[in-house]
Amino acid sequence: MNHNTLLMFEVTILVLAIFLGIEVISKVPSLLHTPLMSGTNAIHGVVIVGAMLVLGSGHKGAFTWIIGFVAVVLASANVVGGFVVTDRMLEMFKKREPPKRGE
Amino acid sequence: MSYTSSNLLYLITIVAFVLALRFLSNPAHARRGNQVGAIGMLAAIVVTWVKTGGTSWWALVLGMAVGGGLGAVVARKVKMTAMPQMVALFNGVGGGAAALISLAELHRILPDPGRPRTDIAVAIVLSGLIGAISFAGSLVAFAKLQELLSGRPITYAGQQVVNATLFLACVAACVALSSGVQQEWLLWAVVAGGAVFGILFVLPIGGADMPVVISLLNAFTGLAVAVGGFELENNVLIVSGMLVGASGTLLTLMMGRAMNRSVTNVLFGAFGAVTASPADAAASNGGGSVRSANAEDVAVMLAYAHKVVFVPGYGLAVAQAQHDVRQLADLLEEKGVEVTYAIHPVAGRMPGHMNVLLAEANVPYPQLKEMDEANPEFSRTDVAVVVGANDVVNPDARNNQGSPIYGMPILNVDNAQAVVVLKRSMNPGFAGIENPLFYNPKTVMLFGDAKESIVNLAQNVKTL
Repeated sequence: MNHNTLLMFEVTILVLAIFLGIEVISKVPSLLHTPLMSGTNAIHGVVIVGAMLVLGSGHKGAFTWIIGFVAVVLASANVVGGFVVTDRMLEMFKKREPPKRGE
Repeated sequence: MSYTSSNLLYLITIVAFVLALRFLSNPAHARRGNQVGAIGMLAAIVVTWVKTGGTSWWALVLGMAVGGGLGAVVARKVKMTAMPQMVALFNGVGGGAAALISLAELHRILPDPGRPRTDIAVAIVLSGLIGAISFAGSLVAFAKLQELLSGRPITYAGQQVVNATLFLACVAACVALSSGVQQEWLLWAVVAGGAVFGILFVLPIGGADMPVVISLLNAFTGLAVAVGGFELENNVLIVSGMLVGASGTLLTLMMGRAMNRSVTNVLFGAFGAVTASPADAAASNGGGSVRSANAEDVAVMLAYAHKVVFVPGYGLAVAQAQHDVRQLADLLEEKGVEVTYAIHPVAGRMPGHMNVLLAEANVPYPQLKEMDEANPEFSRTDVAVVVGANDVVNPDARNNQGSPIYGMPILNVDNAQAVVVLKRSMNPGFAGIENPLFYNPKTVMLFGDAKESIVNLAQNVKTL
């Protein structure tokens, strides 16, 4: 694909993503704003894709290798930590615990 | 794998992320949404794995095992009160990864003949700069929240000038790199400068303003990732990064609105460094007196009320009294009292923090009312119990134009029939602002440690 066409498409989806983001996120109640933050935190862990591409891109310079490796470590911590922490939080939001007050 | 097929497969990930956010609109299926998001992430990792064709596969496995292992361990161990610093930390490492990718990309493309395409160069410098700011800023926010650093604003003379100069220098280097200067060290300078700027920029922001800072840094990392998508020509990075960027920006603005302060004021105002003079404070309370009560009296008030609203602030979390409050609420409910919790948007150290803390204490979420829902209820409330909150219930925000928090939306607890304030002493809160609620004839103060007071109340309610 021609570079300019590609760039145009990329800018288009960027702008659409802004509107999509605002649309979806404004529907999240303030009750869940902390899980929203840690959930979006996990989502930006998708930077792991970039880190993997750097590390696995085949040019073998020690410099690229080290940078890529550190980036993969950081990004994986971001991904796993983000999803686990969000899951722990969301698990706690319950309507009513059945054993205590089941009226 | 070709550009087309990998980007098509990445679409699975994008859809999964959007669904994950969509599911968050309702606490009943929010958890499933998070799982959908995780599956989407897994899909992205698998596609990328295939794309790299097994190059350095053992390094990838090792890196993911180390990072993922660390992330999992920390995420399992962290206490819910420490969630803000945890989010700051994960946010920081994401930004750091984005900055590193920039450095590696420039290193890869510079030896190619001809200057790099301008759009790629712009993406590289922006992702490097924003990622570095986010990385270092998040680490400082982490240190402040973890109390490794003082939560008070750290200021010095000429701070704004130093910050502005540094930032402009970074921007100048970015412009040079984007306009074809092929010097790798310049990008290192941008990243290092961005990191220093990130540190200097968060240092003067006080602990109570952390909900704004954390949301903003979240938006920064999202933006760094989105821009990184341009340098790698990768759609999933662009869309996911921008979703996070939009979310962080929206939350930042909401938090600013909840404190009735512009985001600029929060970031550059060093709020909390100035304290009101004692003379002003004395003037605003109108010379009224404070009524204090003991636990027995308050227990009677609560037990014979129809409707009790708890108004928790960060003091509740500091005292670790969430579980005790819930036990007290259970006892009251057994006596037929209707109990709810009124939550101010900036209660806690990050957006929505208080809800998580109460959910952890098994408070059913339908009882957690946000401000707009809670305020009309106060006029039908017999007793409002304020635990560890101060500024968010300060009527000066409504009435006193001279107050530093004038205009901030508050919980109108003074509309309730009676107000009980649990407080350690009469010392004004973090921002040093006097609170006329304490002098209101409807108000009684129950002095002492929040946890002990609540436990005392519960014991007294039991005997009634």
